Amino acid sequence: MIALNGVSIAIPEQATTVIMGGSGSGKTTLLRLISGLDRPNSGCVWFDGSNLAEISRRQLFTLRMKMGMVFQYSALLNSLNVEENIAFPLHEHSKLTDSVIHTIVTMKLEQVGLRGFEQLMPSELSGGMAKRAAFARALAMDPKVVFFDEPTSGLDPISAGVITTLIQSLTELTRMTSVVVTHDVHAGLSIADHVILMWQGEVIAAGSPDSIRGSDDARIQQFIEGRADGPIPFSRSNTNYLDDLLNPRPTVAA
Amino acid sequence: MNGVLNLFGFMGRGLLRTTERIGDGTMLCSRAIGHLFTPPWLGRQLVIQLYAIGFGSLIIIAITGAFTGMVLALQGYYTLAKFGSESLLGSAVALSIIRELGPVLGALMMTGRAGSSITAEIGIMRVTEQLDALEMMAVNPVRQVILPRIIATLIALPLLIAIFDVVGLGAGYLVGVNLLGVNAGAYIGETIAKVTMHDLLTGWVKSAVFGLLIGCICTFLGYRAVPTTEGVAQATTRAVVTASVSILIADYIITSFFL
Repeated sequence: MIALNGVSIAIPEQATTVIMGGSGSGKTTLLRLISGLDRPNSGCVWFDGSNLAEISRRQLFTLRMKMGMVFQYSALLNSLNVEENIAFPLHEHSKLTDSVIHTIVTMKLEQVGLRGFEQLMPSELSGGMAKRAAFARALAMDPKVVFFDEPTSGLDPISAGVITTLIQSLTELTRMTSVVVTHDVHAGLSIADHVILMWQGEVIAAGSPDSIRGSDDARIQQFIEGRADGPIPFSRSNTNYLDDLLNPRPTVAA
Repeated sequence: MNGVLNLFGFMGRGLLRTTERIGDGTMLCSRAIGHLFTPPWLGRQLVIQLYAIGFGSLIIIAITGAFTGMVLALQGYYTLAKFGSESLLGSAVALSIIRELGPVLGALMMTGRAGSSITAEIGIMRVTEQLDALEMMAVNPVRQVILPRIIATLIALPLLIAIFDVVGLGAGYLVGVNLLGVNAGAYIGETIAKVTMHDLLTGWVKSAVFGLLIGCICTFLGYRAVPTTEGVAQATTRAVVTASVSILIADYIITSFFL
């Protein structure tokens, strides 16, 4: 099965790029390719002058020092508390002393508004707090690029607002590049400098949020307005309704 | 005719799949063990795993050892009494436990107690993207997650089985001498006379091999679990079954070499 086809995109530096699209449109696959978690069957992924599709694991790990990622379900390490989670990449990759690492962790936690929660375990955090802790961990190594996979999904409106504000302000403050994958149109368009809209494994629009809002492509308007039916059809069935009614197939009893 | 062909096709596919999985598992575990010889060295992770896997299994292993020794003494006495050779009870119990029952029962208990939790834990780390998160932090999950668990089972199992043996021999003595009235001198004398270094070595080789098997199988199946609730449940069941059966097969092979 082909998840992505003929996708060619460029992600501008020191700006927020938002990749939007419905479920199954290939946006998460695209993110996994850009971050090097998966390799494409064909094509190239250029990051900082290296083709992620071809470099060795060792080279990829070197590049990863410049990347951070906030996962959909936060993906904090269960066995470590908040402070240890954020300190983890620093312990692994730097020779900093414990007191310096503690200072860095405190600064990162202050940035996401979680100072004072160092000793809590991931299981004791709410969804929004876990996202913030994951954000702090992604920032620990001062990356050039941070990837966000559905940063607001599953959060209440206030927590979602906090996360989008954090993405926006920290992108500006630290001059990092943010790549956000989301199906949240409102949040996506509000924080984006650059929008990429995907449908069925292909890019159907790319540009500034205003050019997307003003687009006269019916698919784009349907997505932005969240209409159930339109060029992206409501019905996913590809068989004839009347045929299915008249020729019953045996169903499996549960 | 078609039915027969289908059957062959089915069997062939199953065989291919199994071979592929064994190959995949062997590759993954060799890669993990390869990391043992390059820095950064195993430190805290190994200690944490040794505590969880080794110390955590201590009580269940001791209880199993005690009852195995006791029932062996009872059953052995019943059989030996028919030949009037109750005095051999000590060596019968000791040889059975040290060569066979200690390693096998210890390893099976360990599979149920620690192996299943290894698979479930790694499977859940896969579901909750923790393994991907390690990858993104430029930390190799094979080194960070798999290697310490394999080494911990490899170290812990022989030690636990040594405890199993000691507790089993003690319990066998209590039942044989204090309950059934076998002469204490004969019991201990027979044990010392008949148990050789070779028997201890057999038990030790078995426990080391079983430890490696449990570590490799349980970590591999967790690592490759389908990232859904059902996938983790399936992987856990499969880990316990595969590890248990592998232990019994390996037991036969090793025993045939060490007769």
